[in-house]
Parts: sequence; structure tokens; C-alpha cells
Amino acid sequence: MSKFTLQVNGRSHEVDVAPETPLLWVLRDQLDLVGTKFGCGIGQCAACTVHLDGAPARACLTPVSAAASARVTTIEGLSADGSHPLQKAWCELDVAQCGYCQAGQIMSAAALLARNPNPSDGDIDDAMAANLCRCATYFRIRAGIHRAAEMAAADREAKA
Amino acid sequence: MSSILRAPLDRRSFLKLATMAGGGLVLGYYIRPAGAAEVAKPDIEKVDGVFIPNAFIRIAPDGTVTVFSARPEVGQGIKTSLPMIVAEELGADWKNVRVVSAVLDPAFGPQFAGGSMSTPMSYTAMRRVGATARAMLVEAAAQTWGVPANECIAEAGVVRHAASGRSMKFGDLVAKASTLPVPAAESVALKDPRDFTLLGSRIGGVDNLKVVTGQPLFGIDQKRPGMVFAVYEKGPVWGARPLSANLDHVKSLPGVRDAFIVDRTVPEGQLTGLVPGVAIVADSTWAAFSARTQLEVKWQEGGFQNSSWEDFSRQAQELAKAAPGSPNVAVARTDGDVDKAISGAARVVEAAYSYPFISHTNLEPQNCLVHVQGDRAEIWAPTQNPDGARKLASQVLGIAAEKIQVTITRIGGGFGRRLDSDPVAEAAVISQRLGAPVKLTWNRTDDLQHDHYRPGGFHFLKGAVDADGSLSAWRSHHVSFGSNLGADDYPARFVPNYLLLNSKLENGVPQGPWRAPGSCTYAWMICCFLDELAHAAGRDPVEFNLALLGDRDLVPGTGERGRPYNAARMRNVVRQVAERSGWGKPLARGKGMGLGYYFSHQGYIAEVAEVTVSPKGDLKVDRVVAAVDVGSQIVNMSGAENQVQGSITDGLNAAWRQELDIRQGRVVQANFNEYPMLRIPDAPRAIEIHFVKTDNPPTGLGEPALPPLAPAVCNAIFAATGKRVRQLPISRTDLSWS
Ligand code: FES
Ligand code: FES
Repeated sequence: MSKFTLQVNGRSHEVDVAPETPLLWVLRDQLDLVGTKFGCGIGQCAACTVHLDGAPARACLTPVSAAASARVTTIEGLSADGSHPLQKAWCELDVAQCGYCQAGQIMSAAALLARNPNPSDGDIDDAMAANLCRCATYFRIRAGIHRAAEMAAADREAKA
Repeated sequence: MSSILRAPLDRRSFLKLATMAGGGLVLGYYIRPAGAAEVAKPDIEKVDGVFIPNAFIRIAPDGTVTVFSARPEVGQGIKTSLPMIVAEELGADWKNVRVVSAVLDPAFGPQFAGGSMSTPMSYTAMRRVGATARAMLVEAAAQTWGVPANECIAEAGVVRHAASGRSMKFGDLVAKASTLPVPAAESVALKDPRDFTLLGSRIGGVDNLKVVTGQPLFGIDQKRPGMVFAVYEKGPVWGARPLSANLDHVKSLPGVRDAFIVDRTVPEGQLTGLVPGVAIVADSTWAAFSARTQLEVKWQEGGFQNSSWEDFSRQAQELAKAAPGSPNVAVARTDGDVDKAISGAARVVEAAYSYPFISHTNLEPQNCLVHVQGDRAEIWAPTQNPDGARKLASQVLGIAAEKIQVTITRIGGGFGRRLDSDPVAEAAVISQRLGAPVKLTWNRTDDLQHDHYRPGGFHFLKGAVDADGSLSAWRSHHVSFGSNLGADDYPARFVPNYLLLNSKLENGVPQGPWRAPGSCTYAWMICCFLDELAHAAGRDPVEFNLALLGDRDLVPGTGERGRPYNAARMRNVVRQVAERSGWGKPLARGKGMGLGYYFSHQGYIAEVAEVTVSPKGDLKVDRVVAAVDVGSQIVNMSGAENQVQGSITDGLNAAWRQELDIRQGRVVQANFNEYPMLRIPDAPRAIEIHFVKTDNPPTGLGEPALPPLAPAVCNAIFAATGKRVRQLPISRTDLSWS
């Protein structure tokens, strides 16, 4: 066991775990942040997607030792109240079915919008191909990303 | 005031009743008829000042309406749609409605989620639940004002008396309403559907905000104080028993609390309940997963270690040569004289269709949290079948079912897998030994290799068309893994000379219902072969299929288990989908349109797929148009469209690349890297849905839009390339053309 200090959603957490423990299980079992989901454990479904220093990463493949040097953002930290444009668009368009994949979808999409505020369908295909949705809500996921991009643009305009 | 009657019917009777009555009959049991004795419900607490007209509704003095959602939410949207029905009849303002998941309790009637049964079984029942409460609120207002109740209406959370201009909010009526007798459910008038304001509108899922902010909704998210974490390793060959394991070593690993062999099968002789295995219990999920990598078990592999798909396939080809009535070739239906019709036909087509076993692959791996304390237990489970879960746990634990409480969590995908309760049984035995709350988590390999699979199957077909282009004979031999085509399955009753032969392969593969069981594969085989015959007849497939559907409206079922088939409803959706899709429009080479249509789960659905196939054989599904007849009323337009969009995309997911190989009595594939699932780039870009309203009771949408998709796509591939896909997955067929 080793002690690590993790920066998760802007807060500092001390954990005492085996260094190879995947960040996924530290978040879920130690820190009670269960929004990040387990689907495959081998980087094939992206249900566990979080941001490390703003870039999307698979928490199931990220040892806690590697996460300790980064700022970790999980779905719980994307916004405190569901006010991120993607969260709003997801509610407005009623994207989810079972909802299990959606935290990972939103985290991947958030990273996409952060670097490309107005993605084309092709950009969405590239950025989202890793994220499985077993309920096959892809039609609405695509629409949700376009809608969030629109909302974010309107927000920027309102502020400008 | 609690006014509940225990549901006196078991699930089977409910299913039967609901099927017979199209759903209407069951509701009386939910609500205490006037004058019947009260049955106190321990879990429906009596809060002072709150109006509790029945198990499903509470109205607080501040006007908040709480509606209990009794059915498991698997992503089918039931937690939103059934409360909408209650709220509509109640006249509540949806903004003031709070939906709470119910625990398992007979007060709520049947609580499973399967067979797309929730809507047909509960539609009228939920209307009556809401209407009864509304009648009491109206009566309370009428008495307060001294006016006749039939001059008052309830809408948007307010009761109004138009003539005098008076109105009272629901919250201000609860005190008086609570003193009134509950009227007999049948005596309460239901709304005229033309006055519906909520039903048919687009309402977002009630848990959407929690989903997008990562709240702990799912089974795998549950926690209890003092909880420990478990894994359960089963033998790679189905039916295997552990003889010995390096338990001492495993117990010495970091964080491990216990490791032990479970050598029980419950129910005896079945592969879909508790089966033997080795449990490891640890301080965290990761400690249990890590320790498992060092577990070594000696297995007694049982009788199926030589099964393989290749061998099943060989046996099926052999059976196909056998004569009707010979051993294991049962004649399930015979009309006219198929042999004679075929020998005298203008054109005869012969084809063999087959499809593999596939898995449910719920994205949330199987899991369960159980706390056994002496002679009672608590279960938190993502289960589609909470009553079945409780029964199995009771059997496994030797604890009376009444002493077991089941909390139904949100479910990360069902598709039928979670009608079976094996993970519940595993967590239960482990918790019983530890005496602590135990969360059991399967990994993806457990999930793929210990699923209860959608069965594979083989169909050997011969069809004949007359000189006038009509279908004169259909000979079909189904070699299955246990469950065969029924005597009434389409196109039986529509072809004058019809022969159905059924054979079963002996096997030890655990099987279970997979989204639209039977229909999900039969529709593909039937509609694809019909397309072959249409082309053999030189006729347009839409026109050929409409002619086959004939001019009768309701075609009665045959035999004891026969089911009527409403050919008029089917013709209607086929015509609609042809019109809406622009069927027959000229398309470039490499592009094609195909038709699929099927009746399942009480829904009549036709779909047209439009595909592009590159000369190299790369497939793209550009557009799918669906015409959907699920009766007179769509409950939640957003949820309904979501189900159809999802069923279409999932239908493509299953048909395109999914396939499990079986070798040496085990499934070869171990994770998603070996079991390709559909990703966003391959999902259809355009999906157009047309609900065709007919004067029939509303029915469910979790399943029936899936079966027509695979044949629509495969028939479109033929139109585009001239290549027939007679084997699933589609990826097995080379689609290149020049
Ligand atoms: S759980 Fe991490 S990619 Fe699937
Ligand atoms: S919504 Fe169920 S897996 Fe995506």
C-alpha cells in the first residue's frame, strides 16, 4: 500500500492503496464518486472516461500512481448542478436510455467541445468512437453534442 | 388511509390475463374495492396530513404529488411513462409530480420488466389509479362548495367549478379527501383520450439530471456500512464443478478476507440459477479482482466439454436431410401438400439460413448487493425480475421469501438478461457465510462467458411461386437449441401449402430471453426468404408482401396456443413505410432499399432500410424509416421514439458483427476487443419514425421495433449488390461487387 494525494474535482484527497490500483476503483470504492463507470476494464468501452488535466482518459487503465500528478475531473465535477451545456442538452433531448454509458459519453464529448466548439459529424465520429452505448442511443448522442455546441455558442455570444 | 389489496394472481396468471384482455382486466386488484378490508402495508408509511388514496399515489398538503414507479427501469423509460399515465388521469401538474421507485411489494401488482408487457398490463390500471384519486379530490371540493361533483373538473393540480368560478388546489383538498371512502375503481370515469394533455407529449426521463451528474442510481453504485467486495469464478465449461483451489494462497493476498468453494446448483440441474464456483471476498473491488488473477482451480468439467459450434452446425446439416416424422424431426404444422406444390411450381427457391449465439452484454456488468442477517435478508439488485430474485434467494438461503426485502435499483441495460437472478444468488450465499453486506461484481469476461445467451439457430427453407407470381408453398425446417418456431408463426396461415418441421440439438448452453426472443431472429429469416421469393416471382417486394398478407383483416389463431394476426394492421404499416420511405425511387448502383416487417410483442411494425455498399464491400446504413402501430395512444413521445431509435440501432448492432464462438464447451470471446459492438460512426444517421395510431389498446415498445431491422438491412444489401446474406452476422458475407 502507498499513500497518494489526488486532486479530484478541485479537491484534495489522501488515499492509501496499492500503486497499480486503477483510478476507476479508487474513485468508486475509496472516494465514493461512482458516476465513473466500470464496463470492461481494458479500455474498450470508455464508460470510465474522466479528464486528466482536461484530456479524456480511461480511468480503468490509469494507475492511481499516474493520476496523482494530474488534475482529475469526473462527471461529478463537470458542473456542480448539471449546468454544463452537454448536461443541459442531454436532459433537453432526453438522450439516455439506461444511462449507464452516459457519464463516459458526456466526458468524451466535453473534451471534444473544449478543443473544437463546433464539431462536424465526422469530428463526432472520431472523438466518440471509443464510447460504447449498449442501448444504442447514438442518434441522440450526436444530436446532443450538436445541441450543446449551439447552447455554448449562444452563451458565449451573450457574454460577449 | 391505506387502501391496498394484495394482488391475488401470480405472474403467470397475470401474463395470461393481460394477454387475453389486452391489459384491461388486471387493474381491479390494485385498488381496494369499496368496503373491502384494509391491508396495512409496512413499507407505505403513514405520514400525517398526506393523502394516500392507493399504493401508487401520495399527495402532500403543499400540493406535491408523489407517484410510485413499481416496474424496474432498464432504459425502457417506464419510470417516466407509467407515472405520466397516473398524472394524466389525476389531473396533476407534471411539474409538481415526484417519481419514487417502489420496493418489491405485492401492493404494486406485478413488478417485472420483460416482454414489453408493462404498458399493456398497466395502461388501464394506472389510469384507474389516477382517476380514483382524482374522483376523491373532486368529491372533496364538491362537498366543500356544496355543488354536484360532476360539475367539477381537476386539471393542472387544481379542482375547478366553472359555474361559480371557484377553485381549490389539490394540496388544500387532501385533508378532506383523506376522510372519504375510496370509490370502486370500475365506478370511476376515465378521461376521454381527446382531453389528454400530458400523454403523447415529450417528457424527459425523470432521472435524467441524476444520470448526467453521475448520481449513484445503479446496482453497482450501491453501498452499505461494513460492506465487503466479492467476485465469483465459475468453471469455463458450463456445468463445471470446482474440485479444489489454491484457497490458502488467495486468502494470504492483500485485502482478501475470505475465499471458498461453493459446490451447489440451485435449482438443481439448472444452468441459470446458482451454479458451482469459487468466491473471493476482499476489502475493495480491486483487491478482489487482483486476487482472482492468482486463483487456480481444478474443475470437473461435466458433460459438455466437447460441444462446439462447428459440431452443432454439422448436426444441423444432417438433421436437414432427415424425412418429416423421423426421430427428432417433428411435424409442427402442415397445411395442404407442400411436396406436390413444390414439384409443380413455376419457380422454387432453396436456402439455408443460420445465426450464432450472441450475448446480452449489458453495459453495467452483473452485480448485486446482499445483506443476510440471520433469518432475514436485504437485496439491492439491478433486476428486471425482483420477485424471481427473491424466490431464488429464498431457495438458496433457506430464508422465507417474506423475510427478504428487495430494493430495485436503476439497471444499466436489461435486454432480458436480468430476468434471471444468478448474480443475486451468488451474492446471497457469500453474504450468508460472511454475515456482512456483500457487493458482488462480475467482470466483462464473466458476463460474456456466463451469459444466458440468445440462442443460435438453423433454418432450412424451400419456397415455391406459381406462374402468376403468388407464393404457393413454404417448407421450413428449424433446427434449434431448445425453443422452436411455433405453429402459428408467420407466414403460416398465409400460404396454402405449408410445412414446419422442428428439431432440437442437445446442448448445455445456458439460454435466456434476448430482446424480442424468437422474433429477433425469426423475423430476419422469414422476411429475407420472402424477399428471395419476391425476386424469384419477379415482383416488387412491397407489392409481393402486401399480396401475401391478403385481404382478410383479423386472421384467427389455430390450435390451443394460436394467436390472432391482424393482417389489416400489418398491411397498413407496410403501405405507410413504403410511402414514407420513397420506396421504388431510382437509386445509384451500390445503393439499395429493403423491407422488413414483423408482429411481435403486440406491435405491428414495418421498416425500410436504405444502405450504401462500396465496391469493396463496406456497408453503411444511411437511413431507416419505421411505421409503428402500437395502438391508440403513445404514452411519452420522447420515450417512444427513443425506444424505436434504440431498437433499430441495436438491431443493426446485433446483426452486423456479433457472434460468439463455442469451442470445447465454452465461449471463446472474453471481452469487447473480441466481440465487436456497434459504435457511433456505424449508427444510422437518419431514423424516421411514423406512429400509426389505430383503435387498439396501447402496447409496449421495448422490443417490437428490433426484429424488422435486420431483414430490412439484408434485403437492402441485396438490392444494392445482388448478394444474399443468409448467415448472421452480416460481416461473415463478402459484400464486394463490381
Ligand atoms: S471500463 Fe474503462 S474502457 Fe471500459
Ligand atoms: S444508455 Fe444504456 S448503455 Fe448507453
